[in-house]
Amino acid sequence: MDAPIYWPSVFFFLFAGLACAFALAVVISPNIVRMAFYLVLSLASTAGLFFLAGADFVGAMQIMIYVGGTLVLLVFGVMLTSQDRFISMKTSAFDMGLALGVGICFFLLLWYAALSVPGWRGITVEQANAVQLQPTASPIGMGLLGARVDAPDRSGYLLVFEIISIHLLVVLIGAAYLARARRRKTLLLE
Amino acid sequence: MAQFLIENHFLPVWPWLAYTLAALVQIFFIVNLVAVGALLFIWMERKISGRIQDRLGPTRVGGKFGWLQTLADGLKLLTKEDLMPDGADEFLFKIAPYVSFCASLSAFMAIPFAGGDYPFVALHLNAAVFFILAVIGLEVFGVILAGYSSASKWSLFGAMREAAQVVSYEVPLGMCAVVPVLLAGSMDLVVIGDRQAGGFWNWYIFHDPGTFVTFWVYFTCATASVNRAPFDLAEAESELVAGFHTEYSGLRWSFFFMAEYGSMLAVSLLASILFLGGWNGPIPIAHMLGLTFQHGLWWGIAGNFLGTVNLINKGVIGVTVMMWVRWTLPRLRIDQVITTCLKYCVPIAAVSFLFVTWWQYALPNGLFVPQTPEAYSVREQWRNQPETTPKPAANASAQNARMQMVTTSVAPEGVN
Repeated sequence: MDAPIYWPSVFFFLFAGLACAFALAVVISPNIVRMAFYLVLSLASTAGLFFLAGADFVGAMQIMIYVGGTLVLLVFGVMLTSQDRFISMKTSAFDMGLALGVGICFFLLLWYAALSVPGWRGITVEQANAVQLQPTASPIGMGLLGARVDAPDRSGYLLVFEIISIHLLVVLIGAAYLARARRRKTLLLE
Repeated sequence: MAQFLIENHFLPVWPWLAYTLAALVQIFFIVNLVAVGALLFIWMERKISGRIQDRLGPTRVGGKFGWLQTLADGLKLLTKEDLMPDGADEFLFKIAPYVSFCASLSAFMAIPFAGGDYPFVALHLNAAVFFILAVIGLEVFGVILAGYSSASKWSLFGAMREAAQVVSYEVPLGMCAVVPVLLAGSMDLVVIGDRQAGGFWNWYIFHDPGTFVTFWVYFTCATASVNRAPFDLAEAESELVAGFHTEYSGLRWSFFFMAEYGSMLAVSLLASILFLGGWNGPIPIAHMLGLTFQHGLWWGIAGNFLGTVNLINKGVIGVTVMMWVRWTLPRLRIDQVITTCLKYCVPIAAVSFLFVTWWQYALPNGLFVPQTPEAYSVREQWRNQPETTPKPAANASAQNARMQMVTTSVAPEGVN
């Protein structure tokens, strides 16, 4: 019992390993619905990482948006559109090699970027234990309303927030307009 | 709970033991709440449907009221053959019921059963409302998997309907849940519940006409989002055999039902906390008896037990109302379901949200108490205190620590 196990690290490796394993499973699996299922599990493990880091708002956001919304729609779309020859897809060796090359390049880039941050090893266990978990929702909300609590000049993101909101509203109205059932006037005339 | 064990010198030496014990006890209670709750609710469903249809319901198993009927059901399910269609996707078919059940169970992790200094909650999340709404929406994923992997058109149609329904009903459900968040100024369910302490006139449902309307919209949307009649299009017997669980039998089938009853209880408990005062009874009996944390630790815990009883009672009443509705109203058509959501629930929720905002702005003390200048003063005093906290909240020192953490992380040489 000289060196006690540091449980947050254990859980970090658990969730990180799960996320990576299911991400690999998405690539390897030939069946498209199983791919979607593994993607959900991978994204949920990422949400677990957020919760572990104390960012419970971002974690819940991850579950709500990625795991919940997008994947319900993805499965919806996949199930509606997948015909027999698309349900199980065989990836050719060339595609696999290409994807592997791109993936390795991207991984190296991330690796380099992570190592170039001076404090990439993070803080020590004592410092980590001294940090108290803070509510994350209210600082995020304040920041979006134009009053960041962590910036000295209180500069926030109100304009960006408003632009994105209007943009999403336009998208919603447009989608509703495109999807609405049009009356066939010509048929009625006949 | 782990914090409770450590801080009160029961297990200060071995924090890991405290954490393990706390986790085990909490998951024991939550699993039992869902499982025993399902036992009770299935029996209640039979009795209530019987009485509403002028029958007796189960009468024999286990004595007078047939109260062991669910156990008999369970035994029957255990002995059933575990069937799987030939064309089914084996892995997904087998895992789908567990996905549903896990989603339903995880919602209970963030539901507090009593507040105060040591709230009875497994996972005290700062954004609990948001987390629960997100996780409850995941139950549909198991249903979709079941519908797809069964290789049966009835299952697939059922799953499609359920997906459309749940995705559209999440919108008004979220808008209704935002109203108590707005009133309490927090997404923490413990804070929302504690703000409604002291008598039923403090409950958010009676806060103003807007919240009263919002509660009923919330309850309608919650009924729809857990797929209960009159919104149970996903398992419409008259059209789709049994919908998404047509091909299931035995224990796998019963997992879907445990998930359904678990979700019903979860949304009812959430409704109780958001609108019906949570663990605060209609009359503050625990407060009158002095069962609060001001009088000592064990008094407060006794009061919390009373609060848990309160909350679970409210949740069970909510589930009972859902059953009553199920056996009273006929099933809607799918276009009527979507119409109810988009043309009625969403506009009503939006208008009452605006109304509550206006009410909070214009009449912060309510209708019967004269308005004071203090009530109008804006709470956000962080502007006057440039260096410290965003809000003069109870966790001011914690906020200070956060500020320090942020400043040190901005300047990494200060850390090392």
